[in-house]
Amino acid sequence: MAIFINENTKLIVQGMTGSEGTKHTRRMIASGTKVVGGVTPGKGGQSVDIDGNILPVFNTVAEAVAATGANASVVFVPPKFAKAAVIDAIDAKIPLVVVITEGIPVHDSAAFYAYAESKGTTRLIGPNCPGLISPGKSNIGIIPADITGPGRIGLVSKSGTLTYQMMYELRDFGFSTAVGIGGDPIIGTTHIDCLRAFQDDPDTDAIVMIGEIGGDAEERAAAFIGEYVTKPVVGYVAGFTAPEGKTMGHAGAIVSGSSGTAAAKQEALEAVGVKVGKTPSETAALMRAILNG
Amino acid sequence: MGNSVDLFEYQARDLFESHGVPVLGGAVAFTPEEAEQAAASMGGRVVVKAQVKIGGRGKAGGVKLAESASDAREKAAAILGMDIKGHTVHKVMIAQAAPIEAEYYLAILLDRANRNFLVMASVAGGMEIEEVAHTSPEKLARVGIDPNVGISKELALDIVKKGQFPAEVADQVADVLIKLWAAFVAEDATLMEINPLVKTSDGKVVALDGKVTLDDNAGFRHPDHEALVDHAATNPLEALAKEKDLNYVKLDGQVGIIGNGAGLVMSTLDVVAYAGEKYSVKPANFLDIGGGASAEVMANGLSIILGDPDVRSVFVNVFGGITACDAVANGIVQALSILGDKATKPIVVRLDGNNVIEGRRILNEANHPLIQQLDTMDGAAARAAELAAK
Repeated sequence: MAIFINENTKLIVQGMTGSEGTKHTRRMIASGTKVVGGVTPGKGGQSVDIDGNILPVFNTVAEAVAATGANASVVFVPPKFAKAAVIDAIDAKIPLVVVITEGIPVHDSAAFYAYAESKGTTRLIGPNCPGLISPGKSNIGIIPADITGPGRIGLVSKSGTLTYQMMYELRDFGFSTAVGIGGDPIIGTTHIDCLRAFQDDPDTDAIVMIGEIGGDAEERAAAFIGEYVTKPVVGYVAGFTAPEGKTMGHAGAIVSGSSGTAAAKQEALEAVGVKVGKTPSETAALMRAILNG
Repeated sequence: MGNSVDLFEYQARDLFESHGVPVLGGAVAFTPEEAEQAAASMGGRVVVKAQVKIGGRGKAGGVKLAESASDAREKAAAILGMDIKGHTVHKVMIAQAAPIEAEYYLAILLDRANRNFLVMASVAGGMEIEEVAHTSPEKLARVGIDPNVGISKELALDIVKKGQFPAEVADQVADVLIKLWAAFVAEDATLMEINPLVKTSDGKVVALDGKVTLDDNAGFRHPDHEALVDHAATNPLEALAKEKDLNYVKLDGQVGIIGNGAGLVMSTLDVVAYAGEKYSVKPANFLDIGGGASAEVMANGLSIILGDPDVRSVFVNVFGGITACDAVANGIVQALSILGDKATKPIVVRLDGNNVIEGRRILNEANHPLIQQLDTMDGAAARAAELAAK
């Protein structure tokens, strides 16, 4: 099963003809993802040879879907053109769009998120995210496929490299799906969406949730866990020692006043029975203890 | 990436004016002489306002009424150089004085939780809006805005009604809101706040003070925004890092930190802080070299950290996703060869992920006396903390 993507996922790459797009298309194919084509406006009709895979290029996502039966898209186009690319994908009613691009203006993200909501036919993941992987089945985005294999842990995280670190710490167990939802102020799929999907996924036994300082997404996720999630959840929040008023990389990662602190998030999570680690290794040990029961 | 630009009041005023949001006359002055000139051109009676990006300046004595141009000069002389909560006043705004009958509140901001924009409007202005929300929530309208629809006249009037504005200013306030929305969109802002929005004795509604935050990610369509950045306030190491496109924040500890990815670097700060408790040392900075960093980027990062006199040891923590560990290792070796004798601080390196075997081999072969390699994040953090204590 896994969540959002599996062996039946047929992917098109928006921006495949660009250098980043080409590089990551190669990596995704190498890790078993069924890539069926690409979209670059103005380059429709061309094809790209990636390690012997001849992939057709289309002008629009709708044309790509009609010709290939694609059911997911990944966006590697530069920030300037990202909004148009995502709107094109939403107009094609493609069920899943994963936006890897970093640096998209938040007015653009707000516009395409609202557009996706109004249409109701597309799940957005990202922007500014590493994508997601269901090891052994499909890998959309930039998560390295060789950290670990399939297993029964689900993972959701704002951060890419912390996702890799946690997958590495728990590499002997493996993962059903790991989702990097991104650290931008406006993102499509949230912690809560992933928690719900993992709870409903028969192939996931336990969940790791990684958050970071700033905002209140973790607090809202905690409330949701209290209501809906019965599977064991282990949490980690980066930024316990972050000083107030300093933005740490992600636009959202800032402690302002008394809100958004790691301690407040830990408290909210622990109140609903989530065990929270102070470091990645401690978090992994908590998960290990649960799975070894 | 993902940073924002906060404007000074006078910059916000000018931006409002350029989008037709009604404001009073105002000018920035860096010296008492400039203040006098500006006041004279506005007829003498003005308000002299310290330009600092922090609240509470009125209480701190940073806002004063001047009765004449020469008085404005004196008031400016008193305010310039003042310290307000750690912010030195380098400039003042000379604002036209006007008799005020009522103070209101109006703002548009990014609403992360609802993933859209939010208008807040209230008849109760002039104080912190958190206070209004707390003491008289019925007077505060909070209305979500669909970015693809915007604010129509009808919606604006509805918001004004919800914010309990009196009927005689409803049309004017609605008009200000519509113009503020146009400015918010046109400038790629994440916050535009008018507090107070005032009614003057002649019945006009004008923005008296404003806060604006702009989205740095949208810089590519606003070449003019670069001029609004306050470079004077930036730490010199932070400025150098920004020049090199590195995401760096100076902190007040002794262990220099370099990593890839905001989350992992933040986590590294935590692990070092815990390990450092025993030795009374803390992280000296946040530095994210980002995804796919080249040897050059790594070398730039390491040079900045080694240039920080507070740093006593360095911890390089990389989990290679796109970033290749061999490039990171090459960057470390390059930086050390460029710095030569100037590099004197021990560097603890932990590499994992993409091309890790090659990365570790490069560092082993370099056999540099300052470099130590450890296998785990926890172990490396402990070693870096220990070295910083010596």
